[in-house]
Amino acid sequence: MSIIKADTHPLDRYLRTERLPHVWCPGCGIGTVLGAYLRAMEKIGMDPEKSIMVSGIGCTGRAAGYVRMDSFHTTHGRAIPFAVGLKAARPDLNVTVFSGDGDLFAIGGNHIIHAARRNANITVVAINNFTYGMTGGQLAPTTPETGITTTSPYGNVESPFNLAGLIAVAGASYVARWTSLHVRRLEKSLEKALKKRGFSFVEVLSQCPTAYGRRNRMRDPVDTLKYFQKYAVVKNHVNPLEGVIEPNKPFVVGEFLDAPEEPTFEDKLWELTKAEFLHTSQAERSEWIIEHRRHLEVLSRIISGKGGEE
Amino acid sequence: MARLELQIGGFGGQGVILAGLVIARALSLYDKKEAVFTQAYGPEARGGASSSGVVIDDERVDYPYPLNPDILVIMSQEAYSTYFPRLKEGGTLIIEKNLVKMDKVPEKVGEFHSIPATKIAEELGNRIVANIIMVGFITKTTGIVSKESAKRAVLEMVPAKVRDLNEKAFETGYSYEEG
Amino acid sequence: MSKDILVGDHFLSGDVAAAEGAIAAGCRFFAGYPITPSSEVAERMARRLPEVGGIFIQMEDELASMAAILGASWGGRKAMTATSGPGFSLMMENYGLGIMTETPVVIVNVQRAGPSTGLPTLLGQGDVMQARWGTHGSYQAIALSPESPQECFDMTIKAFNLAERFRQPVILLMDESVGHLFERVTIPPKEEIEIVNRKILKDKNRKIYEPDEDLVPPMPPIGEGFGIHVTGLTHDERGYPSINAETQERMIGRINDKIRKYADEIVDYEEFMVDDAEVIVVAYGITARSARRAVIMARENGIKAGLFRLKVIWPFPSKRLEELSDREFVVAEVNNGQALVEVERAIKKRAVFVGKMGGEPHKPQEILKGIEEAVK
Repeated sequence: MSIIKADTHPLDRYLRTERLPHVWCPGCGIGTVLGAYLRAMEKIGMDPEKSIMVSGIGCTGRAAGYVRMDSFHTTHGRAIPFAVGLKAARPDLNVTVFSGDGDLFAIGGNHIIHAARRNANITVVAINNFTYGMTGGQLAPTTPETGITTTSPYGNVESPFNLAGLIAVAGASYVARWTSLHVRRLEKSLEKALKKRGFSFVEVLSQCPTAYGRRNRMRDPVDTLKYFQKYAVVKNHVNPLEGVIEPNKPFVVGEFLDAPEEPTFEDKLWELTKAEFLHTSQAERSEWIIEHRRHLEVLSRIISGKGGEE
Repeated sequence: MARLELQIGGFGGQGVILAGLVIARALSLYDKKEAVFTQAYGPEARGGASSSGVVIDDERVDYPYPLNPDILVIMSQEAYSTYFPRLKEGGTLIIEKNLVKMDKVPEKVGEFHSIPATKIAEELGNRIVANIIMVGFITKTTGIVSKESAKRAVLEMVPAKVRDLNEKAFETGYSYEEG
Repeated sequence: MSKDILVGDHFLSGDVAAAEGAIAAGCRFFAGYPITPSSEVAERMARRLPEVGGIFIQMEDELASMAAILGASWGGRKAMTATSGPGFSLMMENYGLGIMTETPVVIVNVQRAGPSTGLPTLLGQGDVMQARWGTHGSYQAIALSPESPQECFDMTIKAFNLAERFRQPVILLMDESVGHLFERVTIPPKEEIEIVNRKILKDKNRKIYEPDEDLVPPMPPIGEGFGIHVTGLTHDERGYPSINAETQERMIGRINDKIRKYADEIVDYEEFMVDDAEVIVVAYGITARSARRAVIMARENGIKAGLFRLKVIWPFPSKRLEELSDREFVVAEVNNGQALVEVERAIKKRAVFVGKMGGEPHKPQEILKGIEEAVK
């Protein structure tokens, strides 16, 4: 093996290099995931000038500050509604929310299920490091049972969310889970998520050696990656409700849901503004709405593994 | 004309809000008076007591709520108990004949009118238009609003498919002869 | 006739008039959550926005509503939300984000009586200080207070103009009474309506938070390769987080100064019979209408009374009140003394306070009593 030294990085054009070094700790997985995201963008030829990144608060929330595209670092939990408003106003732009598990699922939990229900045409990348890293390692809604955090010093007695299951049943069009170990598969999955019209969601389990790992016998970042290697079972199209993560037990990673594309929230909002929609009878409007409805019955068959057909 | 206050009281569902709104709209937009419409608004608005107020003035109305109504229109016994004490000395009292019972017209009433608006409405085919019958009756007996304006406002504010019925209701109330 | 400006006379409630004012001002995005007594604003916008090519979204809560309008505003649209007490409380966090990121939006707050759920359907004016200080940190607020549906229309336009000019969220502080009463609203033709639009940044090499002489930086467009970064963290002129006292002093100083510098232009009040008045009533919103009647009644009783009506509450017209401080003062409002604090600070003495806890507007008689007490 030889070490390649270079002054530039292949992803430099996507990064605000003047802002580097970043705030993330040595061994943190966020950079790995951000790299995969940017490579996926490059691979599918997504124009950074037409792409927006929105994030909330937390370690992952800082990602928006490092990408060379229009980016918004909003308030804790509110990245999704900010993005929903922006995307509705500007459907011509690609909008990604890049944030952490606490931001998206604790303080922002209500927003993400509604964005999925509406099938807002945004991509959400949720880095799940099982904890609140930025504030020193407190209990998150994703902390595994028994997990030691500064606010669960005797071990977590709560059950964590199964993020993939939650978002799939809320109505997302695309749901996948990977880890910071499965970088190439993650990248492929992100390509699909970015291209998907509709609400797409990619959860990435990631190591936080500083705040979580060191309290849970994974002081070295590689310890968490080894844990992922040991317990992650790659399997596509498993019922996302079976995506529960339990400590020291196998858990599923892969693509849980890739639903047929249906009209997005923005498609419908903008249809409302068209004269040919407004100036018909209510019966005709209702007909249009039914014709463009989401087929949740198909979605639920796909989710439960019965396939999309009747 | 100085400040003049009209209050219409009844129970929810009788359409006293619409009745007040129609008169205020007619005054404001077509008679070019300064008029403000207010309503008692609350969870009790359906079923319970309900009231609407119209304050008219030559200049901009300052305080928009009726304080001591010059004209009080009452469509339920409960509203009578609530609002009658507020009627101005010598003011006009208009009642729904069958829904408000009183032994005799109280002394402070200067002018008194009554109409069985609900019964007439039922005869016209729908008791829901009792309020518009009342609007016609108020228009005729008080003269505060011109007939053309009131009728125009009625027709503008009711759904198209019941416009004819409401027009008839307005005319019937307007031409009602007190026995 | 164009759909966006319904030229002519209408008989409208204050809530509906505010919605029409927004559309006339060019508002093309509304996100909100139903709450009495402001829901009529949302209902009108839901019906009207599609007709003029605008987007209406009923969000999952007020936190989301406020976030969504900020996103839409950065997307280049004039955006608004409407709410009341509890919802206004929920919006405070992202009201702060709007101030910090200098995002023009309008927040309509149709005040009801609180605290908490309070009197959902009944009058309150207890959000005056919340409008000023409701979100954390140091900032200047702009809040307007209409007393009639006509002013709801006019002031919503003005609120958008101020928001766009200063790049700051502006609050239309209505109250339940004004929101629900109906009165004639005259909508003028388009050419008679003054519209202010935000300055747009054109130079890609210029730092996005580098201000012009008026201390307001032009707003960069998105999706055009500017590669902007916008954050609620304290940031430097490039928009990048800069977590230190020096940047805080400079940047937060500027977002305060951009309003302070033009406060005299923003301040707006009406003086009614104030010239020879020995006692002046300060009031706003529905209370000003009770006070106007009280002033007339006082004059009929031989007391030289006048009304000083706050049309803009924040910035507060302290200068003018100080000039009038040789008179006696009465402050009437439907709260426990919020504008009162500012009035007394300006006149440097006590005023007679006529407060109500909410639920109904002042009877003119109640304010008259205050006037009589003040001249004693």
